[in-house]
Amino acid sequence: MTYHLPVLLVVVPLVAAPIAALLNRPRLSWAVAVAATLWALYAALELLSQTMAAGAIHYELGGWPAPYGIEYVVDPVNAWVVVIVALIGALVAPYARVSVEREITEDRIPLFYAAFILCLTGLLGIAVTGDVFNVFVFLEISSLSAYALIALGSDRRALTASFQYLIMGSVGATFIVIGIGLMYVMTGTLNMADLADRLPEVSGTRTIPVAFTFLTVGITLKLALFPLHLWLPNAYTYAPSAVTAFIASTATKVGVYLLLRFFFTIFGVTFSFDVMQLDRILMPLALIAIVTMSLVAIYQENVKRLLAYSSVAQIGYMVLGISFASVLGLTAGILHLFNHALMKGALFMSMGCVMYRVGSVRLERMNGLGRAMPWTMAAFVVGGLSLIGVPLTVGFISKWYLVQAALEQGMWPVAGVVLLGSLLALMYVWKVVEVAYFREADPELGISEAPLSLLVPTWVLVLGNLYFGINASDSVGIATRAAEVLLGAL
Amino acid sequence: MVGFYTLIARGNLVKKIIGLNIFQTSVFILYITMGKITGGTAPIFVGSGEDVIYSNPIPHVLILTAIVVGVATSAVGLSLVIRIKEAFGTIEEDEIQDESL
Repeated sequence: MTYHLPVLLVVVPLVAAPIAALLNRPRLSWAVAVAATLWALYAALELLSQTMAAGAIHYELGGWPAPYGIEYVVDPVNAWVVVIVALIGALVAPYARVSVEREITEDRIPLFYAAFILCLTGLLGIAVTGDVFNVFVFLEISSLSAYALIALGSDRRALTASFQYLIMGSVGATFIVIGIGLMYVMTGTLNMADLADRLPEVSGTRTIPVAFTFLTVGITLKLALFPLHLWLPNAYTYAPSAVTAFIASTATKVGVYLLLRFFFTIFGVTFSFDVMQLDRILMPLALIAIVTMSLVAIYQENVKRLLAYSSVAQIGYMVLGISFASVLGLTAGILHLFNHALMKGALFMSMGCVMYRVGSVRLERMNGLGRAMPWTMAAFVVGGLSLIGVPLTVGFISKWYLVQAALEQGMWPVAGVVLLGSLLALMYVWKVVEVAYFREADPELGISEAPLSLLVPTWVLVLGNLYFGINASDSVGIATRAAEVLLGAL
Repeated sequence: MVGFYTLIARGNLVKKIIGLNIFQTSVFILYITMGKITGGTAPIFVGSGEDVIYSNPIPHVLILTAIVVGVATSAVGLSLVIRIKEAFGTIEEDEIQDESL
């Protein structure tokens, strides 16, 4: 069974999704979802330990040899991404039960879980596959289910947010298909390793830079890099809380992974950064994203929206790490992938708790919540500190590496912008803290602490924030290894 | 490209979906054209002679998958339009924005 792990990782949730829909009982479907996510987490951890010990795993689907059949490849980079996705999935699934009962009508709950598992399947599939067309198929599986999940939000604006996401997401996916098609025309293969071998021969032609451009635009649309982020704030704001927590900490991360895969493994560092000079585009965009999106976040009155804008800024940090194209920079980017999943997961989950008790996440409704819901708001504070990058939290670790990577290349202004971003983060986190702790609550509301089934997953993530902030050697080790694999694949 | 323009320029949500479809279909045709080899015949193995030239079947297979994805996307999109119509009473983008404020 160990041999078949890469494919079982994807197939088990894929089968679980229709089962969850057919059972048609909220509790049963929920149990299926939890089982599927726990399985995915187990398989992911197993894969990670195997790849760290023995190097990349190649799995041939249906026994067809690699360049002809579809191949699944697991190396430290995607094993790491798979663990992130599966971990968040396994924490959001138990969290979802109570939260979803409050926010979604009962007859839709089984379908919610089915879409949730499908989305997980798609994201895991993108990460493990070694075939570029397969990437597109899984991308659409995860996106289509994500559109459905967002449309389930209780506010009617969730519908328009979802529609906007659908249009922009489909355009992004179609761009990716064009890019893949052009690469296929020139090389006659869809296998990632095979493509990497054959692309240098034809990289002098005009077709390959065009393919590269289409892929870059398509993927950056999916991962919401500034200025292609317009779908993100609305989608995150109006989606049900559990969905926001899940999508915010996984979907964009998988997008960043795709970016890494295409730029480093398939096109190679030389082509991406020397010929196409990708860093000259990515770095300014990342810096603009960090500063402007943080500024916009400061002026938001809806906390979910505030966090959504802050997500766009944080994606800027990851892309900034990638744009250095050095081991240290990539380590920082990959590290931030994991760390951001931890902190945004915790923040959005604590907002889910607020949503559950208060029914709104607008700032004016959160007066004095620090006393009414001490654990929830404490989770928010720790997550917020992590977002700022205070020592002893994960945010500090990734910022530390990012600044180091910038200094390594003598880019003082870039390091300055990273620190400025932290300062701006301090301002928007403080805004929430001030309202929650230093304003008088309305005593008539009688708000109490959120139920345990919401608090436990939230706090698992919060403790993860602290643990990996104090003992970072594991996560840094894996990220460095992943960075070396990516750069070694020259 | 006509589809892409429609997608951006039209305020009507159904027209946006139609634009998306035209856009996707043209990409499908792009794929299918690259499978064609001059003088090639349908890729069915007949077993006689070795000098038969076949067209490349792989793009067709890929596009079959992509068509299914496209159908699913349109279905989700159109069902969202129906829900939007129920919730807002209109499917014109600017009117929806007026009402959201």
